Amino acid sequence: MKVLNLLLHANGSLAVYLMIGALLFAIGFFGFLRHRTLVGMLVSGELILAGASLNFMAFSHFRAADPVTGQAFTLFIMGIAAAEAAIVLSIMIAVYRNYHSIETRDLKELEG
Amino acid sequence: MTIDLTPATLYPLAAALIFAGVVAVTLGGAVIAAASRRLVYSVSGLALSFMGLAGLYFFLNSPFLALMQILIYIGAVCVTIMFALMLANPNDEPSPLSRTVLIGLASFLVSGLLAVGLCLVIVKSQWMPKAVPVNAGTVQDLGRALLMRYGFAFELISVVLLLAILGALVVARSGRRIQS
Repeated sequence: MKVLNLLLHANGSLAVYLMIGALLFAIGFFGFLRHRTLVGMLVSGELILAGASLNFMAFSHFRAADPVTGQAFTLFIMGIAAAEAAIVLSIMIAVYRNYHSIETRDLKELEG
Repeated sequence: MTIDLTPATLYPLAAALIFAGVVAVTLGGAVIAAASRRLVYSVSGLALSFMGLAGLYFFLNSPFLALMQILIYIGAVCVTIMFALMLANPNDEPSPLSRTVLIGLASFLVSGLLAVGLCLVIVKSQWMPKAVPVNAGTVQDLGRALLMRYGFAFELISVVLLLAILGALVVARSGRRIQS
């Protein structure tokens, strides 16, 4: 009965959201280590950012005096993530033109 | 035990069910994104995970952020990644090496330890008591804060986005000139 009650009110507890954020971060970390292409690493990086913004949102909703703070911060994270994605994708296309591959294994020649 | 179907009991039950579904979508999409061998599935899993995250933002009493999440992440970032993927047209994941299984196992171990450690920290720590909120966190409050208290950061983000677009154009264009 206690477990059932806990599950019923899971959407109102800070720890649940923090755990989801931590799991998102860990899954993103796993993908970052496992993927061997630039796109896969970019996707995993986005997952890590998503975990961080969920943490900010949870803390600002459950603990902060001003609930707007976390929302504004998450909006800024979205802006930074969009800029980052644009840069990474353009680098990826430039790399693909030169190497005809986006596998990290093949990108080991430097020219200077 | 009988469940009487009054709104007082029905609404929390429905909310808990929807919450469980949203959490499952978020984590399942993330697992697909991280563990899939094909990059197209990976990006689709990312979009699914962001959809669930938008639902979580809705539960955190900020529907504006939920809509922004769908608009920016699914509508812009995921579509752009998909476009670049089709432009570069890579052969999904590289041919399996002998070390691949070992690397996968090691990264699973490391990230599993990370997850367990973080969850232990979350469960064991004592958070500060809830402060008295100074506003309700509505869209009006958010807009007022963005244009007054966070005005400088807001403008800086605009400059960063502009520079990122210009930089992306320059980087993608210079590669073309070298090749032709």
